[in-house]
Amino acid sequence: MSRVVSIQGLRIEVAGRDVDIVDEINLEISAGEILGLVGESGSGKTTVGLSLLGHARRGVKLALGEVRINETNMLTLPERDLREARGKMVSYVPQDPSVALNPALRIGKQIIEVLEFHDFGGSSAARQARVREVMEEVRLPSTREFLRRYPHQLSGGQQQRVGLAMAFANRPAVIVLDEPTTGLDVSTQAHVLATIRRLASEHGVAALYVTHDLAVVANLAHRIAVMYAGRVVEEGPTAEVFANPAHPYTRYLMAAAPDMTGDHQMVGLGGRAPAPGRRPIGCFFAERCELASDICRESFPKPVSVGVGRVARCVTPMAIPDRTRAVPVAASSKPRESDTVLRLQGVVVSYTGKQVVHDIEFGLQPGECLALVGESGSGKTTLSRSIGGLHHEWTGVMTLDGQSLSRSSRDRTMKQRLAIQYVFQNPYGSLNPRRTVGASIARPLMIAGADEKTADLKVGEMLEKVSLTADYAARYPDQLSGGERQRAAIARGLAASPRVLICDEVTSALDVLVQAAIVELLAELRGDLGLAMLFVTHNLPLVRSIADRVAVMAEGRIEELGTATEVIETPKQEYTRRLLSDTPQIGRSTA
Amino acid sequence: MTIGQVVPAAPSIVKAAWRMWRTRIGALIVLVLVAFALFGRFLAPFGENESLGLPNKANIEGSWLGTGKLGYDVWTRFLYGGRPILVQAVLSTVLALSLGTLVGLVAAYNRRRLDDFLMRAMDVILALPQIILVLVVIAMFGAKAWLVVLAVGLSTVPRIARVVRGAAVAVVERDFVASAEALGESRPRILVSEILPNVIAPLLVEANLRLTYAVGIIGGIGFLGFTSDPGAANWGLMINEHRGVLAAEQPWGTMLPVTAIALLTIATGLIADGVSRAAAGIDRGTAQA
Repeated sequence: MSRVVSIQGLRIEVAGRDVDIVDEINLEISAGEILGLVGESGSGKTTVGLSLLGHARRGVKLALGEVRINETNMLTLPERDLREARGKMVSYVPQDPSVALNPALRIGKQIIEVLEFHDFGGSSAARQARVREVMEEVRLPSTREFLRRYPHQLSGGQQQRVGLAMAFANRPAVIVLDEPTTGLDVSTQAHVLATIRRLASEHGVAALYVTHDLAVVANLAHRIAVMYAGRVVEEGPTAEVFANPAHPYTRYLMAAAPDMTGDHQMVGLGGRAPAPGRRPIGCFFAERCELASDICRESFPKPVSVGVGRVARCVTPMAIPDRTRAVPVAASSKPRESDTVLRLQGVVVSYTGKQVVHDIEFGLQPGECLALVGESGSGKTTLSRSIGGLHHEWTGVMTLDGQSLSRSSRDRTMKQRLAIQYVFQNPYGSLNPRRTVGASIARPLMIAGADEKTADLKVGEMLEKVSLTADYAARYPDQLSGGERQRAAIARGLAASPRVLICDEVTSALDVLVQAAIVELLAELRGDLGLAMLFVTHNLPLVRSIADRVAVMAEGRIEELGTATEVIETPKQEYTRRLLSDTPQIGRSTA
Repeated sequence: MTIGQVVPAAPSIVKAAWRMWRTRIGALIVLVLVAFALFGRFLAPFGENESLGLPNKANIEGSWLGTGKLGYDVWTRFLYGGRPILVQAVLSTVLALSLGTLVGLVAAYNRRRLDDFLMRAMDVILALPQIILVLVVIAMFGAKAWLVVLAVGLSTVPRIARVVRGAAVAVVERDFVASAEALGESRPRILVSEILPNVIAPLLVEANLRLTYAVGIIGGIGFLGFTSDPGAANWGLMINEHRGVLAAEQPWGTMLPVTAIALLTIATGLIADGVSRAAAGIDRGTAQA
């Protein structure tokens, strides 16, 4: 295999300041090879990915080193040649296709434009032929009718395929994929990933796949590079890295990944990666690493070879931090049918007059966690919002402790409102940005009639319960990281002393380590407080770690309801089986 | 768990705006003019209606800038004439601000029918040019000070309501509002303590802009002679009274109030600009720059 991409000593800085965003990056990709670049948000993975196009985002400067594609250094190329190279030599597939495609242009026209810019084939007929060919390559219809569609007339998966078609149109040597499947359902994701894999190998394209999701690259990439705080801390062949990670950070990432087999419980990690300009002299990970010693804090470890084609930047490579050792998930138990907190009978939910959720029946016992799993559009969030009193268009019976619930939260009694608490998906939207965290947590207490002094004390207590400290009360949401915000949002929910906590995709906006920490926290709270929990998610592997029972939803109906072990190990419905087989997992190949 | 570094809080919008020179210069000019308008009369060398004899003469013994209409001292009339414009402009803006904010918030929070009704009503008012509307009212009922405030204030309401509604519509959709609803917070409380704080930035910008316009309009109707007391000093009226002799022997009677009104609108405009840049900077997270 010939080497196509070679990144040597790349350093990218904050423009105008001598502060590095990423530094000491050395990576190589051969023709037909997919390199998975894994890291949490803010690790600099996208910044590195964009450098392959010779592009730096606003306020960012490509400072040192070289990025060569077939011996052309992208960093020294004049703007004119760079424009010529982009799309032809190297192309980019962004995260969100619905934003990346021009909504006012037909998709056929958009693909043609890319070809025309580079004068592909030399004739209009050749370009038309290429459009049809590339559409077939990404497994989309190449009919005139389809090419005349606008992006909004396509599904998310189809849009991303159009994005892929545009990227592959000029037969580039290199393609950079920036989390192209993040917004897609598992089944759509499985198909898009298969397409990427096939195209890369058939056309000998070198691909850089940027992602935060270990499971996705586990089945896709030939080699992976793990980034932490702007440095590549480990690199090697995928199978070997996953079989035996050399860097403790990789081990923590793997331990934090939800595991469907139930062989290991998710393990979270506190703290956060140091931001540019605040990075220590020694190993950036030392602060959070169980194995850190004084040597680690003296200087950032140099890359050491830890096997054939494997390097890691750690003074004790291959050592296993204790916390990352696998602890099996306890088998889920069947709940007693006796005391039910929340019960739904014949619940039908509509959305602007259209019935979207049909005939739902289930009960929730104290201390039980029921996971509501489904793809987007399955009605799981609409149903959970109805239970929370946030969506009013429903009929049927919902009872809380035997008393029936009104449709709107306003018509419920104060006791009922406090008893059901809702934690939202996005912690960036669920806390009022102009109000301190403490004031937000205090509201449910004040509503329940507490005076200011008691409320203050209780706020501190709640913050400690979610593993924050009392001094967080004085901070504003924008001073908190995503994980801390979600903890604060959970603290607000707990402040009401609820009986039922509805968690609506609470971890989907968070990084894996933070997600694991939140899942740990929720499990702990459930045990301590005997909370009944409705855990709404699209993430099946996550369910195994947290839920007692699972309800699989599709098209507004519960397809299957059983204990987590039953549903995942012996699924009865075809839909569940398909969902399970499309879900990428570390150590298991899909498709 | 270990606790992450403490991130400094984003500066408040007023503080961020104050870091900009345009805001400071604007504020300084406004301060000086406001001081003149409110307290200038205590520095006046003559009485408001004290005639020094000959009208429109630049060189009069004892008079700094000469005399104007009816032989009044121009400098004295200037020091007296700012108060009505300024007080009326501020009062009408405050009136417009409170009503406009209320209408905008209510419309944004109660989508569908009430929103439609309120905003179409605002559109009807907006369809009429503000200055004409004010002139019609004053021509019908006389140029009483409270009427000027009411007319200018009410005709400004739709503009503020639109801005507030536009900003609030996005806030209403956010989860913290749903969270407050789930807790059963009252509607007024949700409007005032959840939504309002999140639309303060555009509101401040609009308030400044509307103040600038109010100064212009009230100065304008003064110029046209619509003042509650035709004998009292008024910058707008003053311009009209002396424009005949502007090119002749006595330019000050026009120049002084014109300059003051121009400076006032420029200065409030500068502040508005500073605030809007600060708001945009805070929203983009670049307030430090």
